[in-house]
Amino acid sequence: MSSGNMNLTLKVWRQKNASDKGEFVTYKADSISPDMSFLEMLDVVNERLTKKGQDPIHFDHDCREGICGMCSLYINGRPHGPKRAITTCQLHMRSFKDGETITIEPWRATAFPVIKDLAVDRSAFDRIQQAGGYVSVNTGGVPDANEIPIPKVIADEAFNSATCIQCGACVAACKNASASLFVSAKISQLALLPQGQPERYRRAQAMVAQMDAEGFGSCTNTGACEIECPKEISLTNINRMRRDYFGAKFFKEEEIN
Amino acid sequence: MSSFTKAFSSTLGKKLIMGLTGLFLALFLVVHLIGNLQLFKDDGGKAFNEYSYFMTHFMPIKIISYLLYASIVLHAVYALILTLGNKKARTVGYAQYNGAANSTWSSRNMGILGTILLIFIVIHMKTFWAEYHWGGLPYIKYETNLSDASDVKVTPLPYEGKQLVHSQYVDTQNGTEVVVAKDLYKIVNEAFSQPWYVALYVLSMIAMGFHLYHGFQSGFQTLGFDHSKYKPLIDFLGLWVFSIIIPALFAAMPLYFLFK
Amino acid sequence: MILDSKIPEGPLAEKWSKHKFNLKLVNPANKRKYTVIVIGSGLAGSSAAASLAELGYNVKVFCFQDSPRRAHSIAAQGGINAAKNYRNDGDSVYRLFYDTIKGGDYRAREANVHRLAEESVNIIDQCVAQGVPFAREYGGLLDNRSFGGSQVSRTFYARGQTGQQLLLGAYSALNRQINAGTVKMYNRHEMLDVVVVDGKAQGVITRNLISGEIESHAGHAVLLCTGGYGNVFYLSTNAMGSNTTAIWRAHKKGAFFGNPCYTQIHPTCIPVSGDHQSKLTLMSESLRNDGRVWVPKTQAMAEQIRKGQLKASDVKEEDRDYFLERKYPSFGNLVPRDVASRNAKEAFDDGRGVGGSGKAVYLDFSDAIRRLGKAAIEAKYGNLFDMYYQITDENPYEQPMRIYPAVHYTMGGLWVDYNLMTTIPGLYALGECNFSDHGANRLGASALMQGLADGYFVIPYTLGDYLAGIGPKPVDTTHPAFAEAKKGVEDRINKLLSLKGTKTVDEYHRELGNIMWEYCGMARNEEGLTKAIGLIQDLKKDFWQNAIVLGANEELNMSLEKANRVADFIELGELMVRDALHRRESCGGHFREESQTEEGEALRNDDEFAYVAAWQFVGEDQPEQLHKEALVYENVKLTQRSYK
Repeated sequence: MSSGNMNLTLKVWRQKNASDKGEFVTYKADSISPDMSFLEMLDVVNERLTKKGQDPIHFDHDCREGICGMCSLYINGRPHGPKRAITTCQLHMRSFKDGETITIEPWRATAFPVIKDLAVDRSAFDRIQQAGGYVSVNTGGVPDANEIPIPKVIADEAFNSATCIQCGACVAACKNASASLFVSAKISQLALLPQGQPERYRRAQAMVAQMDAEGFGSCTNTGACEIECPKEISLTNINRMRRDYFGAKFFKEEEIN
Repeated sequence: MSSFTKAFSSTLGKKLIMGLTGLFLALFLVVHLIGNLQLFKDDGGKAFNEYSYFMTHFMPIKIISYLLYASIVLHAVYALILTLGNKKARTVGYAQYNGAANSTWSSRNMGILGTILLIFIVIHMKTFWAEYHWGGLPYIKYETNLSDASDVKVTPLPYEGKQLVHSQYVDTQNGTEVVVAKDLYKIVNEAFSQPWYVALYVLSMIAMGFHLYHGFQSGFQTLGFDHSKYKPLIDFLGLWVFSIIIPALFAAMPLYFLFK
Repeated sequence: MILDSKIPEGPLAEKWSKHKFNLKLVNPANKRKYTVIVIGSGLAGSSAAASLAELGYNVKVFCFQDSPRRAHSIAAQGGINAAKNYRNDGDSVYRLFYDTIKGGDYRAREANVHRLAEESVNIIDQCVAQGVPFAREYGGLLDNRSFGGSQVSRTFYARGQTGQQLLLGAYSALNRQINAGTVKMYNRHEMLDVVVVDGKAQGVITRNLISGEIESHAGHAVLLCTGGYGNVFYLSTNAMGSNTTAIWRAHKKGAFFGNPCYTQIHPTCIPVSGDHQSKLTLMSESLRNDGRVWVPKTQAMAEQIRKGQLKASDVKEEDRDYFLERKYPSFGNLVPRDVASRNAKEAFDDGRGVGGSGKAVYLDFSDAIRRLGKAAIEAKYGNLFDMYYQITDENPYEQPMRIYPAVHYTMGGLWVDYNLMTTIPGLYALGECNFSDHGANRLGASALMQGLADGYFVIPYTLGDYLAGIGPKPVDTTHPAFAEAKKGVEDRINKLLSLKGTKTVDEYHRELGNIMWEYCGMARNEEGLTKAIGLIQDLKKDFWQNAIVLGANEELNMSLEKANRVADFIELGELMVRDALHRRESCGGHFREESQTEEGEALRNDDEFAYVAAWQFVGEDQPEQLHKEALVYENVKLTQRSYK
């Protein structure tokens, strides 16, 4: 077992399942190396718990390089911890002080119910995209890739929106638990590109309707999501979503239910 | 449901109502401020009382004033609806929340600030607006010498159980222009000579400054307006005009009367 | 059993189109009567599921993550090859085919690889139509960059996250079908067995990872799209959840395993920082364009560096050994992945490794910064330098980076014929989990290409042929084979949950990883491999007695999930070692010490080993049976690689 010189106290949310009430449990995390990632620190704690026959702390994680969007964790009052533009798996223990108490909570939103401990159900995000987050093309029979020229600035802007990793930090950070940054990034990517134009207004309406149906809060432009987004997705996307949504509802004849 | 009802019942649409009414209220503040600047005129309240009469009797302005009342109500009601919705979106809160790390204090406390403003508006309207409309207000008579505009004779006409009538005419015999008007200026003067009332005003204006610091630029965003070339202008106006200059001037009025 | 690869007759360039014509079709009205089960939702799984659903089949997709978009294809950085020849630089389908065959060190099937090259062009069209934001030039057309192992510029990319963008494209197509009701998605479900009815794959047993429910699902065919098994090494660039369980269960049900020992080891990863290390992070190979690889000339100096008494930047020029430049003057730092990796390991074995553990070599940019300026280097590699700084807390603009090879990709996988069908009829393997297209080493930017080619453009044709053959008669889970498979799964879970020993599953996994890396990694020899078999067998025995598995089945249980996967990794590890042991040649990513040239370079042995090793499971704890599929080269001439 590797060791380091940091001794920490963890206040961790433990909840057996969705219907359990849950509570904070305090753990000592001793001999932690500053070179460990935050999740590796939890691995070490879990291995020690396992050795003692205690249920390890459950948390979601997978790629551990900041792209799959599976890791979450609300650390000391902020999603993905104290540093900007990274996910929890990219956060290292050197960002904390020896002797510090670290509070670890799951994403809190009614639309993201807790499954166990720190793992939450983010399938609401999938359903929002299923409602319209695509270009309706079948496999095959599409034009040559270079038949659709796209100005570089537009392509780059669309790319910026497309970098969203669907982690849900925007919802976690928002005091209203609004999913606007996520939904608008998805709407924006296709709203900017020529491929997305035929379904642009239908898509905006469908995805916003699903977002509301999932029970997310409303956006009050606090900008917390933009600051906490590990991919630094811009608030501009939210305004673009509003323009497309209002444009669709007030000026387009195509109505979707 | 029609497209419009659907639109306005979405989270985006409800916020659109907030944005539209909020920006309208902000615009009203400018008009209100310009009018109220008459208070600083040392003319025995003539300009102010004339302005008050104009604002309450000119038809287009009257229509706008109903819009204004509706805006206040809608803004408050929708704020309540949205806040309740947002509370429902997170029923279990965080044990530790570090909002200061990612947002301004104003943006996180619009509800509290708005509640302070609503209470303020009720008191404010009770003191002046309700009094003006239904209270037993004294009248005042201004006789201006036609050949020397600086020669004004002011005669208070105290309320004696029966409302007088607003009138404006030229007295050819005396060579004066006579204005008989409700003396709202007097009410203002009396209200603003009470320190607690002045304190309430100043505090409310500070709250308004913070409310508009977030609210003004946020309103534009809620409408979907966001342009890299104009956003700095909106932010500038929001900060300097709406959250500093306007509240400061409004706060200066009660202070002016208190220390006059 | 004779392996029939079903490679079509005829000239290479016509095989695929002729084959497509000869394949049977399913009547459009009948398609909805078929159910296809897809396991895994990465590039291969999502693209296959969406494409099949568009054709009209009912599709059920399973993934163990909380969303199909999290499959590990998402993490691919570099790009995707396609023979578009947009650059007018001499690219062609044949050249991509040739480069891929050569890159695979002549251990892949010509026909498969040519088909892959043919379909590469369609993939780009498809992705662009979906709205994948590939990099573009100012004129609005697609940009390309060059990648290791080829002399043309044919790699399409989306900054450093091509994998995510391509997967989001496939995921969006999948979402569209979920919305249409043709795909039923099962998130947080893990496949634990294949059900074989009358010799044909007809369903799967899955575990709902939240409720623990063991479910049976029936279908007319099962497509495994579950990715690679690099995590058998414990440390790899794979995601933490990447596992072999699905293909290993299929293997034990009768699907042959092709070339299990073929592993790609990537030279430019961030080194291990301690025992707590849970995974390794890859940094783009493009860094070797400007970085120079070196270690100190003497062990004494390396020792000083390891102890922190000497800083890399203070090592004098004459005390540095730029070993790649020294040994391979014509390719220098740009030698292929396997050569660069092996030489780094040699430096470490020689006691000249750097960093705390010694398991690192330097990748130095100081020359490039001096020559091009810091700004130019920042523009080119800024994000990679940031990432390095974030992980290591060292500033690569001032001190050389430390890099070390790490397991990245497994070329081996379930043996499939030209139709991507395994040796179990009705069971298919797509993408990284099959063995088919990359031979003994994979060319950069080809993994994404293969996953999508299999899913979008191969399986929709080849699966139809099989389904038309078996007919649309309904399938359900009433056959006793389902109950039997389910019971097997339940028994195994109960057995795992009864383990209340003293060692954590991670400890076993780490131990397995050490054995694999030490004896079955970049360089192998008879003695080490023989020893490894014994070590792994002991580990397996110990695991089933002494592991700790906590909790119950009826809950989200990481402990159980992990144990179930590691138990399979241990068995696969043994097979990989056996495969490596029998292949007495150096080829692709592997250096067999008994097979080297006089200069100490890899020596392939085409006379004895130009075949695919397909292993058959014959029973628990018994050596698997080897079958050979001869590789016939009608179009390319086999040559020995040289980078001197």
